[in-house]
Amino acid sequence: MSNEFIKLFELFIAASVINNFVFTRFLGLCIFFGVSKKMETAIGMSITFTAVMVIAAALSWLVFTYIMVPLEITFLKIIIFIGIVAAFVQAADTIMRKVSPGLYYKLGVYLALISTNCIIIAVPLINAGEHYNFLESLSFGFGSGIGFALALVIMASIREKLELADVPRPFRGMPIAWVTTALIALAFTGFSGLITL
Amino acid sequence: MEHQEEKVSYLQLIKNGVFKENTIFRLVISLCPSIAVTNSVRNGFLLGVAVLFVQTMVNTTVALLRRFIHPRIRIPIFMLVISGWVSVVDMVMAAYARAAYKEIGLYIQIIVAFASILARAEMFASKNRPLAAFFDGFGSGLGFLVALVIISFFRELLGKGSLWGFQIIEAKPLLIMIMPAGGFIAVGLLMGFFNWIDIRFYGGKGAGGASGH
Repeated sequence: MSNEFIKLFELFIAASVINNFVFTRFLGLCIFFGVSKKMETAIGMSITFTAVMVIAAALSWLVFTYIMVPLEITFLKIIIFIGIVAAFVQAADTIMRKVSPGLYYKLGVYLALISTNCIIIAVPLINAGEHYNFLESLSFGFGSGIGFALALVIMASIREKLELADVPRPFRGMPIAWVTTALIALAFTGFSGLITL
Repeated sequence: MEHQEEKVSYLQLIKNGVFKENTIFRLVISLCPSIAVTNSVRNGFLLGVAVLFVQTMVNTTVALLRRFIHPRIRIPIFMLVISGWVSVVDMVMAAYARAAYKEIGLYIQIIVAFASILARAEMFASKNRPLAAFFDGFGSGLGFLVALVIISFFRELLGKGSLWGFQIIEAKPLLIMIMPAGGFIAVGLLMGFFNWIDIRFYGGKGAGGASGH
């Protein structure tokens, strides 16, 4: 039992820092650069993102294992996973608007952005590709979410300071953000080899 | 709307996609693979071709179906069309380019979530005739391909001293360029460079695209 727990924990650490989606797998960059201008939006996005990611991982695992594998339609996984994510996001949007308008007012904008995000669709695809079991899938999804949140918060705090810096004109905006990300990514390579799975 | 676009020639549509609205350098969307697969020219080229194909086919399909799609449910329909064509590319690649597929397979599947493809379908293909949509998709995909090849050209040349796998420079390579961080640096510098050209020679503001997602 404890052995299993350690495995899950390792998977979580690996997904969040070692194979951080933004810095080593380069996914979710559009949102990463889009919403990391302000700390407040970054935090809102992180919360929504992590929640959606875990639930999407769980849903798609269930569908993959109990529907797609028995019916031998795993070759349709791209279409089905994007369908699951889109349907879930749409449902969450509607439910949130009815049940807690306050929360919807805060996080609703981010929900709309999520369905065209690469990480959300990458997590189910990787889970299916690596044949993770249910708990492993959950832990991978959660780790990825936390990793993305970490990246967003670091970046947002740097970019808030960057606003005050005197950047050469051609480099203002996006280019300097990319170079900054490069430096953080370089720091994150220090984590590689922390755990060997 | 139909008579308006007659003025815009097909060549203009392609040029627009490659230069004025280049997905990566000007619009700054669909960035994820621009770093992930550009550590060698071959991978960058392959993914570029995949995107070019998907973009062209999706645009054409959407333009053909545009009269039958109810506006309220257009986004799910577009997603369905996109994922259909991505599955086609994915299976073809898996069958005929095994070695490359191992490296860039995940990113081929991720094309499904590309903002640029959905954006072209929504903004252009759903309002125009199939032939115009075809050329618009072709231009936009070509712009993406060109951007990927430029980035991967610098990264492979500096990081491995080779191009398309052939050794060119015999010196000790700059290892950082093929590492994750190198990709961010390469794109950042290139973007800065294009902004500089824009400011210096065309009198632009050089903001380098809005936020984009």
